[in-house]
Amino acid sequence: MAETLRVENLRTSFLTKWGEVTAVDDVSFSVDAGEILGIVGESGSGKTVTGFSILGLIDPPGRIKGGRILFQDEDLVGLPENRMREYRGKRIAMVFQDPMMTLNPVLRIDTQLIESVLAHDKVDRVTARQRARDALGQVGIPSPDERLASYPHQFSGGMRQRVAIAMALLHRPALIVADEPTTALDVTIQGQILFEVQKLCKESRTALIWISHDLSVVAGLADRVAVMYAGKLVEQGSVDDVLDRPMHPYTSGLIGSLPSNNIRGQPLRQIPGMTPSLLNLSAGCAFRTRCPRADAACLESPPVSVPASGREVRCAHPLVGGGS
Amino acid sequence: MTAPLIEVRNVSRLFVKPIDLAQQIANAFGAHQRPEIVHAVDDVSFAIAEGEVVGLVGESGCGKSTVGRVVAGVLDPSAGQVRFRGRDVAELGSEERRQVKLKTQMIFQDPFASLNPRMRIGMTIGEAPRHHGLVAAEELDAYVDDVMARCGLEPGFKRRYPHQFSGGQRQRISIARALAVKPEFLICDEAVAALDVSIQAQILNLFMKLRAELRLTYLFISHDLGVVEHLSDRVIVMYLGRIVEMAPTEELFRRPVHPYAQALLAEVPRISKRRSRFAPVKGEIPSPLNPPPGCHFHPRCPHALPRCRVEAPALREIAPGRWAACHLNDTP
Repeated sequence: MAETLRVENLRTSFLTKWGEVTAVDDVSFSVDAGEILGIVGESGSGKTVTGFSILGLIDPPGRIKGGRILFQDEDLVGLPENRMREYRGKRIAMVFQDPMMTLNPVLRIDTQLIESVLAHDKVDRVTARQRARDALGQVGIPSPDERLASYPHQFSGGMRQRVAIAMALLHRPALIVADEPTTALDVTIQGQILFEVQKLCKESRTALIWISHDLSVVAGLADRVAVMYAGKLVEQGSVDDVLDRPMHPYTSGLIGSLPSNNIRGQPLRQIPGMTPSLLNLSAGCAFRTRCPRADAACLESPPVSVPASGREVRCAHPLVGGGS
Repeated sequence: MTAPLIEVRNVSRLFVKPIDLAQQIANAFGAHQRPEIVHAVDDVSFAIAEGEVVGLVGESGCGKSTVGRVVAGVLDPSAGQVRFRGRDVAELGSEERRQVKLKTQMIFQDPFASLNPRMRIGMTIGEAPRHHGLVAAEELDAYVDDVMARCGLEPGFKRRYPHQFSGGQRQRISIARALAVKPEFLICDEAVAALDVSIQAQILNLFMKLRAELRLTYLFISHDLGVVEHLSDRVIVMYLGRIVEMAPTEELFRRPVHPYAQALLAEVPRISKRRSRFAPVKGEIPSPLNPPPGCHFHPRCPHALPRCRVEAPALREIAPGRWAACHLNDTP
């Protein structure tokens, strides 16, 4: 299958007044055309910074310190800003959690969509408008012709997110990075958007990176999952492998703590302790203070093992054959 | 069954945005601007027995938080009664009413906003019991330690400020503050929604432990059906200000009756549902400013009848303990 994106040993850090924080540390993964990769992690795990790094949206005091981001075999790291602009919005698009971050509140939808078309393509306004209309139709907005003349505030939250997705689709990008796009939405609206997104990816063979804290959403949407903890990618593999047979104790603990995986009314299996601060990460495995399997070996940086092609776990004592 | 601890009878709550000066002027010139009225809660009735955990679920704007606030006494109902141990709260004298309010405590979603950032947490927890004279001044210190330990907080941290704690610990502080006045009834409004998954389980376990130890009664308001399923004995489903279904948890999740409850349960992402073909319910949640006539769900309902467009269905008991508001239950 054609590989759209390959991230190799990505390392992104931020310089703060308390010291340097490595938000993304030695992260590697790839996404194929038409594939949906879910990146799962808790707040501060580095999943959003990973997404921002791919789009070249890391501003000082942050910077990409190492690694490569190969998009269709071209390295995006260190690409000059004017070259990056040719990619951003055209071949790589991003959808944010809050659609009001994408949309300008004082401009009509048509102005914004047409502007995005013209930013990359030399077409006349009629064609641009037509493409904007088609994109709105694609994401399931009823009567797109009339809706083009609306302002963002005239849309509901779910509809705004559809407009943001439509904007990402305007140039038929090869890769879309979506950062928690349904987290702020209601369950029934989330269901509608997941449905549209899944359909679009399969039809247009767009690669999609879906960043989320919600394992259950990723379970239903993605082909493969990558789990992040404290800036590191601790486990990745196909959805079925990772969720049914987790190998990293963190993944296993996370899955075990979901209410639906526990007997109703009984205490939930819980991961003790709390997520560590990235500022004072001690050497070795960041999860070891919360891990039931930790021992002296975990004081060293845990090794990455590759039990099968596309499957990867960063742990000194992986759970063999899964189970939790 | 014993008398319920809390009974809500035909409670409605309106919010009115009066017409402003510009609109008054416009009206003087013949415009027809009217005040905007939102029926946040529309004729809602339910009861909670002592020691019971009732989950209240629904999407944004369905009025679940408003119900919580009315039950807690933070908001007064526009119509209807809230009864605590069989007595109408509105008719109680001020002293008795204060007692009832103390017995009912609320825990909010955002532990970053609900704690005073300038107060040491020992003060935050100890202030209310001291003010209400629940604990003698010389015992207060030991009492605060005791409450903190019960909520899984190190008593040695009580001289710290809220910003020195993580989200999960702050939520423990909010819980300790609520428990410090020895309540019987806790209203948790999205109390775990802002927490990370691994922390969420810890807090849910704390709620269950406290329930067993202190025989607490809960109204657990959440949009997260997985959480509600795990914790609750009974679940109430709301849509645009009205209760559409009320049933014991297991029965609701096994076989929801109301088409909205069915749609909502079908949409819940579950880890066991893989690469599912999502078959979403159609349409948007209508604005509560201008809800559809008849049954509020009829524009999105796959089974809507002509009758649904004109007549709002009443909430009826369709089987013992199971209540639903749908005309389909009348047609055999």
